[in-house]
Amino acid sequence: MAADPTRNAGSDYTQADLMVAAAAREIADGEVVFVGMRLPLLGFLVAKSLHAPEAVGVYELGIIRESLASEPILTMGDLPNLRRSHWLADTADMMAILGRGDVDVSFIGGAQVDRFGNLNTTIIGRPDRIETRLPGSGGACDLACLARRHIIIMAHRKHRFVDRVDYITSPGYGDGGDWRRRVGLARGGPSAVITTLGVLRFDPDTREMVLASVHPGATPETIQNNTGWPLRRASDLQTTPPPTAGELAMIRRFDPHRYWTR
Amino acid sequence: MPKEKRLSLPDAIERFIPDNSRIVMGASLESVIPFAAGHEIMRRGRRDLTLIGPISDILFDQIIGAGCVRKVQAAWVGNVITGSGYNFRRAVESGRLETEDHTNLTISLALRAAAMGVPYLPTRTALGSDLFKTNPGLKTTTCPFTGDRLTAAAAIQPDVAVLHVQRSDVYGHAHAWGNLGISREACLAAHNIILTAEEIVDPEVITSDPNRVVVPGFRVSAVVHTPWGAHPSPVPGHYNRDHQAFLDYREASKTPEDFAAWKAEWVDGIGSPADYAALLGRERMARLAIREHDHSEPVDYGC
Repeated sequence: MAADPTRNAGSDYTQADLMVAAAAREIADGEVVFVGMRLPLLGFLVAKSLHAPEAVGVYELGIIRESLASEPILTMGDLPNLRRSHWLADTADMMAILGRGDVDVSFIGGAQVDRFGNLNTTIIGRPDRIETRLPGSGGACDLACLARRHIIIMAHRKHRFVDRVDYITSPGYGDGGDWRRRVGLARGGPSAVITTLGVLRFDPDTREMVLASVHPGATPETIQNNTGWPLRRASDLQTTPPPTAGELAMIRRFDPHRYWTR
Repeated sequence: MPKEKRLSLPDAIERFIPDNSRIVMGASLESVIPFAAGHEIMRRGRRDLTLIGPISDILFDQIIGAGCVRKVQAAWVGNVITGSGYNFRRAVESGRLETEDHTNLTISLALRAAAMGVPYLPTRTALGSDLFKTNPGLKTTTCPFTGDRLTAAAAIQPDVAVLHVQRSDVYGHAHAWGNLGISREACLAAHNIILTAEEIVDPEVITSDPNRVVVPGFRVSAVVHTPWGAHPSPVPGHYNRDHQAFLDYREASKTPEDFAAWKAEWVDGIGSPADYAALLGRERMARLAIREHDHSEPVDYGC
């Protein structure tokens, strides 16, 4: 990470801190959040402790929490996340909440994303000629299909931001327009992509990714250079606000050893 | 009287997991993963197994690394806090391992279908994805009532489910608490169920709280007393997740040579729970132990 030109060397926060803060800001108070692994785990906790105290956390392992865990967790299965939670149940129960449309927002990460927000976490290459085998969907495909909206969090690199993903693990907007409806998806789709360089959103008609906000230290040019197709820019292109002192304090509280936010 | 089902771990694996078995394990996702049972499968050098599960964490990667596996039907194989499973990657990329790509929901439904005795169950997940290209057990179908386009998840019928629980009696009546993942459908779908248990308790302990029973005892084939049998995954009421073991495993699995050394130390040299405890060491076990107990209020089943 030290050689990364977009790293804000003089500041007291990391790219990961900024991504967690940006993720937290996507959560509105009272929303039901299907919490994914890694950075989103922290994003939910930051939102919950600051601007979204009534947010409800749903975890695919079969956990629902309406309150913060009593101590920091590294992953959702850590015992503090189970202790004094509000429901311990089956994965199928969590999927029923998702399936009925009761999940407002979910977060997923990926290895490869394309201009319509389709996400690949399965295979680089082709199914009959696999170059790199990735771990697979887990619950990500379910979230991308069934949540009311989902947010993608990933590193912004040219080989990751490709015109067309090698394999659609988690559907975005397919080839654009009303593709989701045509394939039978009743709702949802990605609402934002939070990267190491900026925040991207989707055109409401074409469903193509549009650069909406540039992180401090990055420029639209560095973002274009790290994107494998001509990237559209929003007419009101913003600069991503750095993490506030309050957000940083919560990130440090929930990731005290800076495992995820180094 | 029901039949006593208590067996040693080697006897249970020998009897119920022959070569070519289809095994569902790791059904609680990140928690209570039956590592001890998996390691016994590796020690016995089983071949051509099919592993079935949701996210599986590093147990599948270990069994694959030992050369025991022909096929994986899972939603995710890797190391939850570090990413890739290196043995899994090597096996797939070299063409030695067959995979059928599921999601956490489709694997749950595939097992539920087998449990219900129906050929498939429908869902709205996976539509528009490429999972259909790498999993012959997923097809699109049309709802006979509404005409909606749906995903059909074909039934998966495991030969055996291996479940780690907090406590069981010798007849296979067991209490499990915490998040359950896809444990219920995994057990209900399987021909045989092997329980590994932190504690063996009197039957009255189990019948004092029937709501906490995870699977019908009469369907259980073997009960194995296996303290610390889910380490390094967490077991509510017994021990916390050993994050360092997952970090160490990432380094120890990067090359086949490193993995062989890891396996020699953590698997091949272990003959009993006591051996494993000795390898872990008292200090590490104390660090992972429950620091602050938090018992639930008893409930009243009286009449």
